[in-house]
Amino acid sequence: MSQQLTQIRPLSQPVHMPDEPATFSAAVEAEIDGHLAKYPVKRSAILPLMFIVQRERGYLDPAGVLYLANRLALRVTDIWEVATFYSMIQTRPVGKYHIQICKTLSCKILGEPLITERVCKKLGIKPGETTADGRFTVSMVECLGSCGTAPMFQINFDYHENLTPEKVDRILDSLP
Amino acid sequence: MHIEAIGCEPLQLRRVHLENSRTLEVYRRNGGYEAIKKVLDSMSPDDVINDVKKSALRGRGGAGFPTGLKWSFVPKDSPKPKYVVCNADESEPGTFKDRYLMERDPHMLIEGMLIAAYALGAKTNYIYTRGEYRYLIDIMDQALAEARAAGLLGEKILGTDFSCEIYTHTGAGAYICGEETALLSSLEGMRGHPRMKPPFPAVSGLYACPTVVNNVETLTAVPDIIKMGGEAYQKLGTEKSGGTKVWSVSGHVNRPGVYELPMGYDDMEKFIMEDCGGIANGRQLKAVIPGGSSVYIMRAEAVIGKDVRMDYEGLVAGGSSVGSGGFIVMDDTVDIFESTKNLTEFYKHESCGWCTPCREGTDWLVKIFKRIDNGGGRADDAQLMLDLCDNIEGKSFCPLGDAAAWPIQSAVKRFPEDFAKHLVGSRKE
Repeated sequence: MSQQLTQIRPLSQPVHMPDEPATFSAAVEAEIDGHLAKYPVKRSAILPLMFIVQRERGYLDPAGVLYLANRLALRVTDIWEVATFYSMIQTRPVGKYHIQICKTLSCKILGEPLITERVCKKLGIKPGETTADGRFTVSMVECLGSCGTAPMFQINFDYHENLTPEKVDRILDSLP
Repeated sequence: MHIEAIGCEPLQLRRVHLENSRTLEVYRRNGGYEAIKKVLDSMSPDDVINDVKKSALRGRGGAGFPTGLKWSFVPKDSPKPKYVVCNADESEPGTFKDRYLMERDPHMLIEGMLIAAYALGAKTNYIYTRGEYRYLIDIMDQALAEARAAGLLGEKILGTDFSCEIYTHTGAGAYICGEETALLSSLEGMRGHPRMKPPFPAVSGLYACPTVVNNVETLTAVPDIIKMGGEAYQKLGTEKSGGTKVWSVSGHVNRPGVYELPMGYDDMEKFIMEDCGGIANGRQLKAVIPGGSSVYIMRAEAVIGKDVRMDYEGLVAGGSSVGSGGFIVMDDTVDIFESTKNLTEFYKHESCGWCTPCREGTDWLVKIFKRIDNGGGRADDAQLMLDLCDNIEGKSFCPLGDAAAWPIQSAVKRFPEDFAKHLVGSRKE
C-alpha cells in the first residue's frame, strides 16, 4: 500500500478496460445490496464490495472495476485509486491459495525464516510468486495480530498459528 | 496461548474462559446487558459521560487520551447525525488483545457501543475491523444478529425510546487506518489518508458529522464502569489511569498471551519473569518493547531491579510508554540492529505516502539498513539515522512518522554496541 518512488506492486500498464462490466448472480447482488444499506453514502461500501468481486472473480479485474464504478456511481479512476492503496485488494491474479507469511518482529524472532524456507522449498517458488498451476501464491506480509501464537501465516482468510516446519507440511498437504 | 487476569478480579477477561462465551445467553447469565439497562432506566447522557470522566479511563488504542473528555467534545446542539466508530483495526506489531476480546466476548463490545451511542446521541455506529480479521467480522455479525433478535439493537431498545444500529465494516490491510482520521477516510470509501486536525472528529468526523472513534478495549471497559460507578472503577487503577489494562505479550517468554492487570501494577520485572513465566529456553532477557512496536525499546538493565510501574506515568518514568500495551520480549540471541531493521521495513511499507517526511524518510532509513547489510556500513551511519529520524519526528502529518522514528532513535542510543558491530569495519573492500 505504500507509494514510495520504488513501487512495490505497480499496476500493469496499460490496463484494457472492457466495454461490459462484470455480472453477478442474484444472490451476490442481494449480498451487495445488504452492504450498501449500511451506509448513508454509497461510496463507503467500496472495500466490502471489492472483497466480494475478488471472491467471485479471483481478483479485482478491469470488468470488476467497471462494475463497481457503475454500482457506486463513481469514476473508474476512483475505484483504481482506492484499489491500489490497500494491500489486501488484488489487482492481479493470485493463486487459489494465497499464503501470507507474517514477517514482522515477533514472528521473525520466533522462527519465521524457517517457515518461509519450508513453504518456498515445498512449492518451488519465491515470495511474491505464484506456482505454474495457479494453486499457490506466497507473499510476505506485515503483522497479522497473531504475535502470541507466532510464527504464523494466513491462507486466504484462515489463520494458521504456532507453526513448525512439520506443521507447514501437514497444512499444505491437507489442502484440497 | 495464555489468557489470565493477575493482581485483580478479571473485568474484561471475566467471561473469556466460559464455554460458548460469545453467545448472548452466556453473556446475559454473567452480568451482560445489565449496564445498558441501568443506563436506559436511570441515567441521562450527561450522567454517563460524567461517570466515564470519573473513571479516569484513557483510550487504549495507543494515545491514552481521556475517554470521558473525548466524549464531552461532541457538540450536544449539533443538528447533524452523530456516529460512534469502534476502532478494531488492530495492526500495531505485538498487539493482539482486541482480537481475543472480540473473539471471546463480542457482546461486551456491543454493550459498550450501545452505552456510548446513548451518551452521544448516535443512531448509526460502525465497527471498523482490519481486513485480515475476517473471522472476527463473522463473529461480530452473528452477535449483532443475536442482539437484534433479542430487542437489544434496532428500534426501541428494551422497550424504551432509544434506537440505535451497529454495523461491521472491513478494512483491507492498511496499518495507517488505525489512525482515527485515516480510519474515517477509509470508512468513507477513500484511500486511508489521515486528515488535518483540527477540526477533530468530535466536531467534524465521519461524513463531516460529530464522531467519536474509540478502541475495542476502551469501549469494552464501559459496561463495567457503569455497573460499578466511575469512582470505583478508577480506584482499581491509579488516579490518572483508572481501571485495568489488557496487555499482549509475545516473543521469548514461556507464557505468551493476553493479561489483564490493574493500572499501576508493580512491577514490570515481576510481570515478565514470573507472571509470563520468564525467558524461554533458559536464556537471558536482553530487551523489551512494552507498548507495541512504536514505543521506545528498553534495555534489560532498565527493567531488572528498577520497579517499573505499569501505567502511563510509570512507563514514561521507566523510559518508554504504554502505547497499545503490546509487549515484545527479546532474549540475548536477538541482534537489536536486525530487530530495528525489521520494524523500519514495517513502517516503510505502511507509510501511506501522504506526507514527504514519513514517505521519504522511512524509505531512506530502509536504504541505509540495506546498504549496511550489503557491507557498505560507515562509522557515522548511526548518526545519519538519528539525523533522518529528527527530520521525521514531529514533522510528519500524522503520528505514524513519530512511531517510525522512536524505535530507531531509542535502539541506536540504547544499543550502540549492536549497531557499532555492523558499521565499523563492515565495508567489504
